[in-house]
Amino acid sequence: MLRVQDVRKSYVTPQGPVPVLAGVDLALGAGETLALTGESGSGKSTLLHLIAGLDSVDGGSIALGDRDIGALDEAGRAALRRTEVGLVFQQFNLIPSLSVEANLSFQARLADRYDAVWVQELAARLGLAELLQRYPEQLSGGQQQRVAIGRALAARPALLLADEPTGNLDEQASDAVMDLTADLVARTGCAFLMVTHSRDLAARLDRRVHLSNGKVQAVETPPGRAATG
Amino acid sequence: MSVRSRPLFAALLSHWRRRPGQLATLLIGLALATALWSGVQALNAQARSSYDDAATALAGVQAPMLLPEEGATMPERVFVELRRAGWPVSPLVEGSLEVDGVTLRVLGIDPVSLPSGVGLPLFNPDDASPAALFLGDGLTLVSTDTLAELGAAEGDAPVVPAGALPPLTLQDDLAPALAVMDIGAAQRLLGRSGEISALALGSDRSRIIAPMDAATDQMLTRSLPREDGDLAGLADSLHLCLTAFGFLSFTVGLFIVHSAVGLAFEQRRPVLRTLRALGVPRRRLAAALVLELAGFAVVAGLAGMALGYVFAALLLPDVAASLRGLYGADVPGELRLDWTWWLAGLAISLVGTLVASASSLAKVWRMPILAPALPEAWHGEERRWLRWQSVAAVTLLALAALLGLLGSGLYAGFAMMGALLIGAALLLPAVLAVALTLGARTAERPEATWFWADGRQQLSGLSFALMALLLALSVNVGVGAMVGSFRTTFLSWLDQRLAPEIFWNAPDEARAGEIRDWLTAQPGVREILSRGDAEVRFADAPTSVVGVSDAASLRASFPFLAAEADPWDRLSAGTAAFISEQLARREGLELGAAIEVPGDTGLASYTVAGIFADYGNPRGQIRIGLAEFRTLFPDVPVTAHSVRADPAQTAALVAEMRDRFALPAGRLIDQERLKAFSRAIFERTFVVTGALNTLTLAVAGVALLTSLLTLAETRLPQLAPLWALGLRRGRLARLELLRMVALAAITAVVALPLGLALAWVLVAIINVEAFGWRLPLYHFPRDWVVLYALALLTALAATALPAWRLAHMAPARLLKVFADER
Repeated sequence: MLRVQDVRKSYVTPQGPVPVLAGVDLALGAGETLALTGESGSGKSTLLHLIAGLDSVDGGSIALGDRDIGALDEAGRAALRRTEVGLVFQQFNLIPSLSVEANLSFQARLADRYDAVWVQELAARLGLAELLQRYPEQLSGGQQQRVAIGRALAARPALLLADEPTGNLDEQASDAVMDLTADLVARTGCAFLMVTHSRDLAARLDRRVHLSNGKVQAVETPPGRAATG
Repeated sequence: MSVRSRPLFAALLSHWRRRPGQLATLLIGLALATALWSGVQALNAQARSSYDDAATALAGVQAPMLLPEEGATMPERVFVELRRAGWPVSPLVEGSLEVDGVTLRVLGIDPVSLPSGVGLPLFNPDDASPAALFLGDGLTLVSTDTLAELGAAEGDAPVVPAGALPPLTLQDDLAPALAVMDIGAAQRLLGRSGEISALALGSDRSRIIAPMDAATDQMLTRSLPREDGDLAGLADSLHLCLTAFGFLSFTVGLFIVHSAVGLAFEQRRPVLRTLRALGVPRRRLAAALVLELAGFAVVAGLAGMALGYVFAALLLPDVAASLRGLYGADVPGELRLDWTWWLAGLAISLVGTLVASASSLAKVWRMPILAPALPEAWHGEERRWLRWQSVAAVTLLALAALLGLLGSGLYAGFAMMGALLIGAALLLPAVLAVALTLGARTAERPEATWFWADGRQQLSGLSFALMALLLALSVNVGVGAMVGSFRTTFLSWLDQRLAPEIFWNAPDEARAGEIRDWLTAQPGVREILSRGDAEVRFADAPTSVVGVSDAASLRASFPFLAAEADPWDRLSAGTAAFISEQLARREGLELGAAIEVPGDTGLASYTVAGIFADYGNPRGQIRIGLAEFRTLFPDVPVTAHSVRADPAQTAALVAEMRDRFALPAGRLIDQERLKAFSRAIFERTFVVTGALNTLTLAVAGVALLTSLLTLAETRLPQLAPLWALGLRRGRLARLELLRMVALAAITAVVALPLGLALAWVLVAIINVEAFGWRLPLYHFPRDWVVLYALALLTALAATALPAWRLAHMAPARLLKVFADER
């Protein structure tokens, strides 16, 4: 369902263009989970941004289902993010002026896909049922990240993208968040691509793609997991 | 798939719900801006509608007229008496009549005696035979508009309580709501049988066999056709000045809105980016923001207009007094406004909001979803903006200089003023940045280094509020200098012009002679001066010709602005004339110029030997010797006099004259009363500008306060580390106060030369273009010191609350800054 082919991307700096991705190929099937790992500056966040349609490629193509993201205009990419993609950021990026409940249902309402029962179930499974009337600033980091995951899944996206979702959390909170995410991803059947530094977290997903110098250096399948796509 | 609007608006509006202070800032700024603008507009609209209401049917008669000195009408016999004495007069009657719910202004004329050359522009004898007005049923001439308003057809004869109107007949060029008919019909319908309102005076004086006072005992006043254009032009000048003030205040208010919107957008930047990341298209987001702002504009606009209404209602009596005193324009002291005023107010509020928010909206439009949210990037953009702003400022200042050198006319003057003010305001942040950099170079202790560096960092957030302060201060300096100069000049001019202790006006020449003889015999009387007044058309404009006595007191104190040698000797000899400054400027006349003055007996030639100040008089004036005046205007009685007397005996003399000669109050005035009256008119004019000055400064204070309150939240991450490093909260608060006072002090220093430049533009350009005379510019350093202190006080007052809050902030809030760090 996600196909990345020969994607290249450079950033323009005063010293000249700096290549970040130098021909990346990747594929991810529905219901499949993938960890994108690599050193700082290896291009993994850039690749995630390109897949989410937050930025545009210099070369190559990214297709989600039958849609070529590179061919979409700004409005088309916005519609894709709204309806097909769920995004979870390292810094949560909740809307501070909205309550937990409003944050949870926000993207689903925006995409006109609001399902009260599903949102309630998400809140319950994410342990947020008692916190619905609070505001983000009144939550711990782990709680905020759970709200962000809930918001991303409330619209039932085809693809869940997460950029270091546990980067701001301690180990215990990190494990809890990952357990919940894996559980919900399995429940919704969406594809899941996560950028992470952590080998442990990466090992919990179906596959691990390691980026280095803007290229895929290795694709690993942890023992006991079947490779697909 | 479309974006649902409700969650989008809920997310945007929730920001304001959580930050009511910021919302209040925005709404207050906008409401104040709208209030000042719409208040001034209300004043102008009221005055203008009053001119329209006050326009009588007689105002349209373009002929010299004789009006009763007292009361609205005179007996018809006066017409007969003057006609018998050969006077080319024609009776007119006017009044208003309610016809089918429409108020018509009725003008009754006598087509037979209406002298040729008098003519009514609104009555064209070629279109309808004059005799048709009174033959048979007669005619009522009305315009197409009036006919439509009456809902009548030509030939209809609407009925009023006093009877039926003569059949309606179309006559183009008639003013709206005006009905012209035969005087007999008008007198019948208006219930004024045997009465007339005025006598139109023809130009043919060859058949006059008796002077007016011998022909009739009715006291009449000669009146030239009202030069509506002149009156409107002059009143427009005052309105233009008020509008300029209103606009300036509105601009200051918009600075608040700009500042509040800019900071709100900056605070919401991460949220806006998240919204984009979650799939809200840029266009949709921008549209939602515009809608949100428009909603605020409507709410604040309505509140502002209510404030503006109160403001206008409070100032209207002073504006009305100024207009009446300066231009004779009647404005009732009660405010009536129509729906267009409300609509215009809302529109200006909407447009103002969008203009003030344009740069913030543009930033949102350009904002890439993935732009780093680091403040450095934002400040980098601010630095670029500062450069562009400085370029725009220099361009505007150059434009102001060009307009000053090459421009002419009132609008060029206002354009120059606008370019000067806005240019200087745009340059202020750059000036402040330089000053702060210089300050930083002198700093040695770390605390001082931080003080100056932090000041620079805050500059972008505070610059608009400081610009508002600069504008308010410079307007205060400029207008203060103008008003002060005006007062100084005007009072000394009054002392010169109103030097005589007593002014009196006899009913006729014979009585004037009696009074003069009696006064000559009084011990306290030093000098008696006679004066004759006539109205002529000079250089195609109404002009007063004044015959004056050659008196020692006049020679000593006449307010010449420029004079040739021996002007009074030459005036007495009948070879020279003095002209007013307005006339000299309007016609480009200089000393030594030859002029020809039209009199009743022909043209007389004079050399301009003196130009004198005649402040506040819209008409030009020519002064000639009294003997010359009597020759030129033999029919005009010289009845106006003034007396130089021992001040100690003035009161007794006035009382004696009143008893002995039965002179009414209007004909016998002592100097003090006249001066007090003149002063009062001008003081009331300046009450209006004074109020606008104070309000503008107050608005600037609010701008500073609101900016500081809004900034206070974003300042925490910068202040918390200093607190953690050992600077106490009270110390930090004092440093904040000190920094704001320092910024206000630098701003006030810039405001002084700007204000003086503004005063020069007002005095040397705007005033000359608007009123025809130039004021000498005086400086009032004591006022500057007061204003400087006021600027510092404004800054202190605006900073007090945020500083107090900082000094008393719970440590937990400061700690939260570190807890929030990621």
